[in-house]
Amino acid sequence: MSGFDTTVHLVYLACASCFVIGLHLMNAPATARRGNQVSAAGMGVAVLATVAVLVHGGQITAGAVVALAAGVAAGGVAGLVAARRVQMTAMPQLVSLFNAVGGGAAALIALGDALGHATALITTVLDLVIGALTLSGSLVASGKLAGLIPGRPLIVPGGRWITLLLALATVTLAGLHLTGRGGVAALGGIAVAALAAGVLLTLPIGGADMPVVISLLNACTGTAVAMAGFIVGSSPLIIAGALVGAAGAILTQLMATAMNRSIGSILAGGYGTGDESPAAVGGAPVREITAEDAALQLAYAKKVVVVPGYGLAAAQAQHEVVALARALAERGVHVSYGIHPVAGRMPGHMNVLLAEADAPYEQLKDLEEINPAFPGTDIVLVVGANDVTNPAARRPGNAVSGMPILDVDRARGVIVIKRSLGHGYAGIDNELYALPNTSMLFADAKRGLGALLTGLREYAPQ
Amino acid sequence: MSALLMADITVFVLAVLVGFEVISKVPATLHTPLMSGANAIHGIVIVGVMLLAATTNSLAGYVVVFVAAAFAAMNVTGGYVVTDRMLTMFRTGRKARS
Repeated sequence: MSGFDTTVHLVYLACASCFVIGLHLMNAPATARRGNQVSAAGMGVAVLATVAVLVHGGQITAGAVVALAAGVAAGGVAGLVAARRVQMTAMPQLVSLFNAVGGGAAALIALGDALGHATALITTVLDLVIGALTLSGSLVASGKLAGLIPGRPLIVPGGRWITLLLALATVTLAGLHLTGRGGVAALGGIAVAALAAGVLLTLPIGGADMPVVISLLNACTGTAVAMAGFIVGSSPLIIAGALVGAAGAILTQLMATAMNRSIGSILAGGYGTGDESPAAVGGAPVREITAEDAALQLAYAKKVVVVPGYGLAAAQAQHEVVALARALAERGVHVSYGIHPVAGRMPGHMNVLLAEADAPYEQLKDLEEINPAFPGTDIVLVVGANDVTNPAARRPGNAVSGMPILDVDRARGVIVIKRSLGHGYAGIDNELYALPNTSMLFADAKRGLGALLTGLREYAPQ
Repeated sequence: MSALLMADITVFVLAVLVGFEVISKVPATLHTPLMSGANAIHGIVIVGVMLLAATTNSLAGYVVVFVAAAFAAMNVTGGYVVTDRMLTMFRTGRKARS
């Protein structure tokens, strides 16, 4: 090994260490930003080291330099602009889009390598299958979150059989390729089959399960990148890809557990058919409340807890809820936010949204912190949250059994802002809505909160 | 099986285990930034695209390199910038009141 090779190898090792240390620093809010910067610095150095390798090698053709530079410029600018301009509520679909192109790049490495070499590798096939599947799957997930594709589960007739056929075709083509008979055409066929399978697998999954799916696809991209590392013989790719693969797997498991769903049943799809509107909860009538009455109740409460959920994230009402909380705090009401681990569209998403709207950090309470406080709370304002407040979770034998919930029903009064009595993704009635101390304010989160704020100013001036 | 491949497989397995350990300690509030940060890290695929470019010398190969480079660059720059934006919000939200 020459001196140059040794140096490059050590630099790559340092970069890989930066990724591990960076992820480790992201454990705590205080060091998280530094962690991301450490990881970014490692990335920058890895790219520079690779430039040195290319220059030192001197084999790269002028055409390849042009293609590489033009691609990096185009993609870099597009990524930068998208990341800078995106609304924080639209961030999950953007992360999914970045994940899609990462998977696509990994798949293209397999294709590009096969164009230039005759050696057939199992890693080429794995990289291509996982990368292409991630590309199309993440695009569908992104489209569902952005509303470009309907969020409800789309069942393709015979979809399971088609997927099975695609899998069989992939295995056959992989066999041909590995025995040296298929060539690049076989790889092309595998890519097409994997792309189609990605779409078929993601379409039947409901919008509410998308965070888990994106996390899973993120893990897949990591694995595809590690496979690409085997193909081009680059250890930083193997290390970073394996790290992300493991990270995504753990995160997926955590998210699925918090939602009381198994990953298998999420992937089976068909869950969470959106907003059907039963007239009553299990036959019991619910109590409706006007925005004015609700505003008065809030104005004269001592202690209010706001429980934001998916509906708030979907309606992009984070600024309205913070404005309302601020108005209440100005009247001397003690306000805090009870945030369920899976509230919003991704775990932790609600904290990001509320931080964007400038909610005081110390008012944001997690599940363990806020639950003991509910019995001493006058009014809980539930905005677009459903299953995470369902007291049925404490009883065995239903779809939400055992799921950790916010004990909203133990407060003196509950006001729920929700568009309808429709089900959450567990697909069962929320018993909270039928309790005698619960009132329903039927409105979209944004409009409902706006009406509360107006009501507060009009009927309860200071 | 070559010694080089064995070394690569060893590195892969150990990196997976490190990933499990590092991630399992992250609080739920940081899960979204973490997912985004991890998403940026697999932007390392850009190094793979660069190494691929070094061995490419056909027109079809150049097209593949161009598209792959655009994809990878988008992943890596966008990933880090959007993660940083998220984390900035956490910090300003906290600093303003401390």
